[in-house]
Amino acid sequence: MSEQQNPIREAISSAIAENDVILFMKGSPEAPACGFSARTAGVLQSLGVQFAAVDILPDPRIRQELSALSQWPTIPQLFVGGELVGGCDIVSEMFESGELAELLGVSDASEESEAPAVTGGGTLGIENRL
Amino acid sequence: MPDAADIKSRIEAAIPGARAEVEDWTGGGDHFRATVSAAAFAGMTRIEQHRLVYGVFGEEIGGPIHALSLTTISE
Repeated sequence: MSEQQNPIREAISSAIAENDVILFMKGSPEAPACGFSARTAGVLQSLGVQFAAVDILPDPRIRQELSALSQWPTIPQLFVGGELVGGCDIVSEMFESGELAELLGVSDASEESEAPAVTGGGTLGIENRL
Repeated sequence: MPDAADIKSRIEAAIPGARAEVEDWTGGGDHFRATVSAAAFAGMTRIEQHRLVYGVFGEEIGGPIHALSLTTISE
């Protein structure tokens, strides 16, 4: 099976390319279905960044193809600028050290509490394309 | 189903010079937390360090090992 004939992987690649900050997670930022996904989405929300969110649960092939593409076995997975940043552990570590705010080009965490970002859960709708 | 001691010994066996502290996070035998120190991590990004450890378990991650939370320390 060549990559050209793999629409799910192509849809994932396009989503990563088209969204500067994209989180693949279980559930949605509003209704996360796993503690690790909840924590990672929460970190992004607390930084007030806009991000696209893709729920991997509707189709097991999404996770399969995502992990094959990213060479990363677990969910969640955060991509910034087309590159895998990491999962919950790395994102949390980078949040605490301030590296994540720097990477995302936002001022550090809680200082200015802007209105919580409206996140893209559901609006990206990758599952509908698959 | 692996326990924390299995996970520790497999990491230490697979990564030369590694030392691992592993705990069963929930007591359920499928969520583990590990801190791994290794000279082999030198010069690697965090992503690469974590991939090296995940690589020890291959398909078991996401299967019998639902979650392996990692902290890696380069020595």
